[in-house]
Amino acid sequence: MIFKTFIKRLFPRSFDNEIYNLRPKDLIIRKSSNHGGFKFGLSLLIIIFLFAIFGPIILDVSPYEQDLTKRLLPPVWKEGGSWEYIFGTDGNGRDYFARILYGTRISLTIGFGAACVGMIIGVSLGVCAGYFGGWVDQVVSYLLTCQLALPGLLLAMTIVFLIGPSITVVIFVIGATHWAFFLVVSRSATQKIKSLDYVTAASAIGASKFQIIIRDIIPNTFSQIIVIFTLEVGIAILNEASLSFLGVGIQPPTPSWGLLIAEGKEAIFFQPWLIILPGIALFTLVVSINMMGDGLRDITDPNSKVSEE
Amino acid sequence: MLRFIAGRLIVVLSVGLTLSIVTFFLLNYVIDPAQAIAGEDALFEEIEQIREQYGFDRSITIRYFEWFSGIFQGDLGISYYWNKPVISLLIDRAPETITLALMSVSVTILISIPLGILAALNPNSLIDRIALGIAVTAQAVPNFWLGLIMILIFALAIPIFPVSGDKTLFHFVLPSIVLGASSVPAVMRLMRTGLLDVINADFIRTARSSGFYGWRLVFNHALRNALLPVVSVLAVQLGNKFGGSVITESVFAINGLGRLALESILGADIPTVQILVFVFAIIFLFFNLLADILNAYLDPRLRL
Repeated sequence: MIFKTFIKRLFPRSFDNEIYNLRPKDLIIRKSSNHGGFKFGLSLLIIIFLFAIFGPIILDVSPYEQDLTKRLLPPVWKEGGSWEYIFGTDGNGRDYFARILYGTRISLTIGFGAACVGMIIGVSLGVCAGYFGGWVDQVVSYLLTCQLALPGLLLAMTIVFLIGPSITVVIFVIGATHWAFFLVVSRSATQKIKSLDYVTAASAIGASKFQIIIRDIIPNTFSQIIVIFTLEVGIAILNEASLSFLGVGIQPPTPSWGLLIAEGKEAIFFQPWLIILPGIALFTLVVSINMMGDGLRDITDPNSKVSEE
Repeated sequence: MLRFIAGRLIVVLSVGLTLSIVTFFLLNYVIDPAQAIAGEDALFEEIEQIREQYGFDRSITIRYFEWFSGIFQGDLGISYYWNKPVISLLIDRAPETITLALMSVSVTILISIPLGILAALNPNSLIDRIALGIAVTAQAVPNFWLGLIMILIFALAIPIFPVSGDKTLFHFVLPSIVLGASSVPAVMRLMRTGLLDVINADFIRTARSSGFYGWRLVFNHALRNALLPVVSVLAVQLGNKFGGSVITESVFAINGLGRLALESILGADIPTVQILVFVFAIIFLFFNLLADILNAYLDPRLRL
């Protein structure tokens, strides 16, 4: 300890900036453990994930089982509520807690699935545009303008309605209408990386263009892509909820949160918790994902500082 | 400047043309329109009959050219669902959506620009944190849910605004808040970072050293430059509002283009849907073009 203080006295600058002492991995860990928003978002998301995976296994509840004698029971904190149905029951006498719990799985599946589809489309186009440049770049920019101009929600609604709604269709349609951010970010990242020395070195030792893209470029765009990915998961979840709310997404009786809100809308003034509860669930999930995304952006930004602690 | 506008115009026109082809083929080739009209349980003979009746048995290229040349003659096709020319539907419904779009962008401006300025002038202060909190919340709240909560609050607790319909301008207040809130995060963050960048620029230091200070410095020198990107983003957001009106209009029962779109989709009314997709795309492209021209006009460096 004394030795370290002595060295610190001797070379104050080199110890001011922790970057000199830490490996990149440790630096990322240090940055993320000091980022409040990121920690909050990540832990909330982990809790939601655990709920979605283990909740239905541990708790013996069914989102489909109807009991018409127990219709529209109030939640436990309202007068007449009981612990048997924590969130009450819906218009068909189904356990509302179970429906919201199973809805978490659907939102997560569609959010991550659609963001993956969008990422595959956007990153492959963006990396090609950035690496090859020239006419490839122009064609891709043209595609980007087309994608941005199309009213995404309207098109998604139409296609889902006409093809026939199912979880797979919804995932692919939302993914196919949300790849613009991936494209823009991976394109500019590739343009920067492609002129770096290690790419030149790789091509000098005879790596093919395909190898360079796969081994040298895509892994290095990762830190920027992951930020967009998280934010797109949030957008996709909101999009799915909107589609289901409008009746052109997930179909009843599957418990999608958007659908629950649409069903609760009929009784908005009498049983307001039917729309408030799934909305809060949706909001919590998307907030946790967005806070994690915002945090990741700060953490992966090489110019951000390590805060003193 | 003229060359710049001409170049942008060519891009916009060709994108518009591509989109007309894409939408038409998507809705007429990938999906069988006769099947969509007849419904899922229709018999084969019924589908064939509809196919002949509406002329779907002809080649798709011919139908596309008929449709596309019709657009320029003011003939947008006949809606199957409403049994009316699509153009009269559009003219009937457009005023509501235009009102909603303009009002919601005003809401966005009223909330995000003052907040963005205050946040930039006091970085890391309480107001900055509140502004960030508003941005994070507005980004995560589902639009339709916010609308329903507004209805709940304004119908029961504080009945000052009507919660459904489109009779008077008051009916548009709540929908505009809901639709406008969705653009607040983007515009506010842009305003904040833009102003922060400008405040640290050299010419502001010069202005400060020649005696400008306080609000005069901010409004006359800093804000002018920081507003450039914000104005263009607002134009783009205005274009977005038309496509985004679908949810808000159906929640608040406004008979605009968005609700028309939803009703037409649920009625499998392909002529109306394809025109609406095309019209929304053209509106978006128009406002994008407007933003580009505005930017180039205000900042000569962009005229390349």
